[in-house]
Amino acid sequence: MSLLAQGVETIKTPSIEYRLLAPMLIVFAAAIVGVLVEAFASVRARRVAGLLVALSGLLGAFVFVVNLAGERDILARGAVAIDGPALFLQGVILALAATSLLVMAERPHDDESPTAARALRPVHTEAFPLAMFSVGGMMLFVSANNLIVMFIALEVLSLPLYLLCGLARRRRLISQESALKYFLLGAFSSAFFLYGIALLYGYAGSVSLSDLAGATAVPTSNEALLYAGFALLAVGLLFKAGAAPFHFWTPDVYQGAPTGVTALMAACTKVAAFGAILRVMLVPFYSIRADWRVSMAAVAILTMVVGAVIAVTQTDVKRMLAYSSVAHAGFILTGVAASNREGLKGSMFYLAAYGFTVIGGFAVVTLVRDAGGEATHLSRWQGLGKRSPAVAGLFAFFLFALAGIPLTSGFTGKFAVFQAAIDGGATYLVIIGVVTSAIAAFFYARVVVLMFFQEPATDGPTVVSPPALTSAALALSVVATIVLGVYPSILLDVAASADQFIR
Amino acid sequence: MNDFPWLTVIAAVPLVGAVVVAAIPRERVESLKSAAIAFSMIALGLTIALMTQFRSTTRVGAPQFQFVEDHTWIADYGIGYRIGVDGVALLLIALTAFLVPIVLLASWNVESKTKSYFVLILVLETALIGCFAAIDVFLFYVFFEVMLVPMYFLIGVWGGERRVYAAVKFFLYTLLAGLLMLVAVLALYLRTKNGDPSGIGTFDYREWLKLDIPTATQNWLFLGFAIAFAVKVPLFPFHTWLPDAHTEAPTGGSVLLAAVMLKIGTFGFLRYSIPLFPDAAQTFAPMMMVLGLIGIFYGALVAIVQKDIKRLVAYTSIAHLGFIVLGLFAFTSQSLAGGVLYMINHGLSTGALFLIIGFLYERRHTRLISEYGGLRSVVPVLAATFLVAGLSSLALPGLNGFVSEFLVLLGTYSRHQVVGIIATFGIILAALYILIAYQRTMQGELTVEANRNLPDLTLREKFVIGPVLALIVALGVVPGPALRIIEPAVNRVLERVAQTDPAPTVSGVVGSAK
Repeated sequence: MSLLAQGVETIKTPSIEYRLLAPMLIVFAAAIVGVLVEAFASVRARRVAGLLVALSGLLGAFVFVVNLAGERDILARGAVAIDGPALFLQGVILALAATSLLVMAERPHDDESPTAARALRPVHTEAFPLAMFSVGGMMLFVSANNLIVMFIALEVLSLPLYLLCGLARRRRLISQESALKYFLLGAFSSAFFLYGIALLYGYAGSVSLSDLAGATAVPTSNEALLYAGFALLAVGLLFKAGAAPFHFWTPDVYQGAPTGVTALMAACTKVAAFGAILRVMLVPFYSIRADWRVSMAAVAILTMVVGAVIAVTQTDVKRMLAYSSVAHAGFILTGVAASNREGLKGSMFYLAAYGFTVIGGFAVVTLVRDAGGEATHLSRWQGLGKRSPAVAGLFAFFLFALAGIPLTSGFTGKFAVFQAAIDGGATYLVIIGVVTSAIAAFFYARVVVLMFFQEPATDGPTVVSPPALTSAALALSVVATIVLGVYPSILLDVAASADQFIR
Repeated sequence: MNDFPWLTVIAAVPLVGAVVVAAIPRERVESLKSAAIAFSMIALGLTIALMTQFRSTTRVGAPQFQFVEDHTWIADYGIGYRIGVDGVALLLIALTAFLVPIVLLASWNVESKTKSYFVLILVLETALIGCFAAIDVFLFYVFFEVMLVPMYFLIGVWGGERRVYAAVKFFLYTLLAGLLMLVAVLALYLRTKNGDPSGIGTFDYREWLKLDIPTATQNWLFLGFAIAFAVKVPLFPFHTWLPDAHTEAPTGGSVLLAAVMLKIGTFGFLRYSIPLFPDAAQTFAPMMMVLGLIGIFYGALVAIVQKDIKRLVAYTSIAHLGFIVLGLFAFTSQSLAGGVLYMINHGLSTGALFLIIGFLYERRHTRLISEYGGLRSVVPVLAATFLVAGLSSLALPGLNGFVSEFLVLLGTYSRHQVVGIIATFGIILAALYILIAYQRTMQGELTVEANRNLPDLTLREKFVIGPVLALIVALGVVPGPALRIIEPAVNRVLERVAQTDPAPTVSGVVGSAK
């Protein structure tokens, strides 16, 4: 009796701070409602209902995130940290997810011709709840304060993405190949991540980031465990971020996945992955930053060079954007390698800026089509500026933003991370950064050449005029790219007030 | 009227014009062309009004910049919308505002995508004016890079046969150089940040002048800025983009490229490289002068052997810009003032040459010198304008080029006799390439039958070339007002590098040199 009473006393139910967790809970709830819609709504209503549920979930969560601004706490018995970077990145993920969902949800362009539609599989409305689960995982990923929670979040965000990659309605084989490839390599990297956790547990006797931070602050004899664990953990994270030499999945997956899903991955997954990288580097391993800065700088250099140089040889627009995303991961890593608050702020800004631009870029890709679906081979884009100047102009605008021409968000982002890196004493990194920027500008300029300086091919693809949802996504991307370029203070101030992790 | 934001309005008028022109339906070609010219004329009118209010004073303690506007832009990094002009910037803005209406009028017959062409030129004008007016280094950099985009399209869409190659080369070359400068800019910014109690720092150029930078650091930063400007000028050996870009660009692009955009490089040396890093500037001055000398001879010699007349003029630019760099880095008041005046004069003479070549090209659609010959008997007026522009380019006394070239040589000689003497031979080569070009295209018997019925200049073309030639003569006869505008800015630069003249100042008597 007394024993039982004692037991009841010691096992306290943890108090859960529902208010601070609300954004994530809302997104997961919307995902579950989405599953129910999928199960019970009529086939006709699914697309609209599913989209509405998903968007209202994202919007509701976003409102909560904005309301929570300034909160700093460690919740759920140390499992989750809500602090400036967590809330900022959650907000960015939500905004980017909503924008890319608009691209994903677009009614298939070939629905008008009944024969074509029948030959294809019906629209995959299950994409909405899947995407929502993934977004929920991403939000948890950037706010996990415990390596096990972080691992669970990693799986929650990844598994739906593996499925989403295989959902293309055309070019099924390449889509399924991409899903399988992403799954296998993703599982591989998860294993690395998990192994890293095990070693770090061996080192610190805890998986909590706060405890790890305490343990790394005092030198011990077990350093081999620490560094091995750190390295394995970093491999898992850098894989998700698409940093070289763990980038090999990006081109295949970006190319094979449905373009809307690619937009989601390029924008949101990148935010989530870098959110986790920043937290891990600057909280538990901050004390040993002198050790990891060099390796992080090396990864950044390799990533920038590989991304920019290989992108030059690409002939498929989606693969080109994939390699460009690798290069951009390198630029963001320069902000990480700066390992100071400016770097954190700059990286967070960069992630938001890059996300909107890249979604816009992929949204344009969905518009250029021929009989086989999207015409992604670059040769098909020849002379696009003559046939549909508006769409080509938009794409050129996004390319210039990716190239980092001033007055676009791409420049402000680069400016922010580069100045942080110089401040952190990594001038050599910035010099390599600007040289690779120029290399990257070459292939962006080449696409502009193709679209504007050359005559259109006779049997070129048709350019559909942007339908409503895609137009909305494009409008959001353009506005964000311009505003964050011309008046970045709007977001920089928010990032500046959110540039400290809770320990 | 002192609070009137003159510079903002002048820079914004072409941009507003671009938006208005873009809104006019493409079928109404005449009205959109007229609208574009009207807006550029408004900008010119405002610039002239601005010049009348500019006070050129050498009084001690006078502010360096006039018509200053200072607003916070990106507070997180101490970036401001800060603009203002000194004499040098004012003259270059005036040159820009003067040439754009002329270029637009000269482009009246652009057939394909006329609207985009006019819009891009107007956007380019805003970027150029902004670049000269900025006294916030971030703002300067923004305009410096943004202007690449319209020029990239101008060359790539409306250019000649090898336009794609030329456009991409131009774009990448300048972009990379600019990005390397950005590293130096950031490093300087962080110096202000570390000295700033609020921890923000500033991009205000006037604050940057107060920085005390160790010599070793200065050398690196100087090189970072110098590479951007050396590409823009272009200095040998960074010049390889220029012949392609100038030759392939459409007439309007070539004129603005040669007349104004190259000056951003020399302006950059004068405004940024030398005053911000005075010790390094003196360290590197011999190297810069040697590069200038190489440019003078290399440009001239290569120009002489060109078969393509536009390419010939492009190479003469390398020679002329070599003189300017020589003048800037000789650090005497004559050479500096001459260098600045040379920027304007080269803009006029080379601009005129490109315009005239544009007229020829519209008539015959070839740039080969061998396709012309003996044109003087068929198109006497065109030949005469070519002669005047050419003589201005070779610095004939009485025309504008003479004053600046003479000042550069005199100023250089007074400190570096040998350099001055060597540079003087450049004049002979200049005479050679211009006169050869004139002789082969205009003089003698008519060699190509197709040219027999070439029409002479139309009224529109006379309106295009007339004002440029008038200014060429005017600046040759009365250079005084322009020199007075330049003088305070030049003196400031000399103070920065702590140099005094071995010979009398600009306003002094030339003959009393020791």
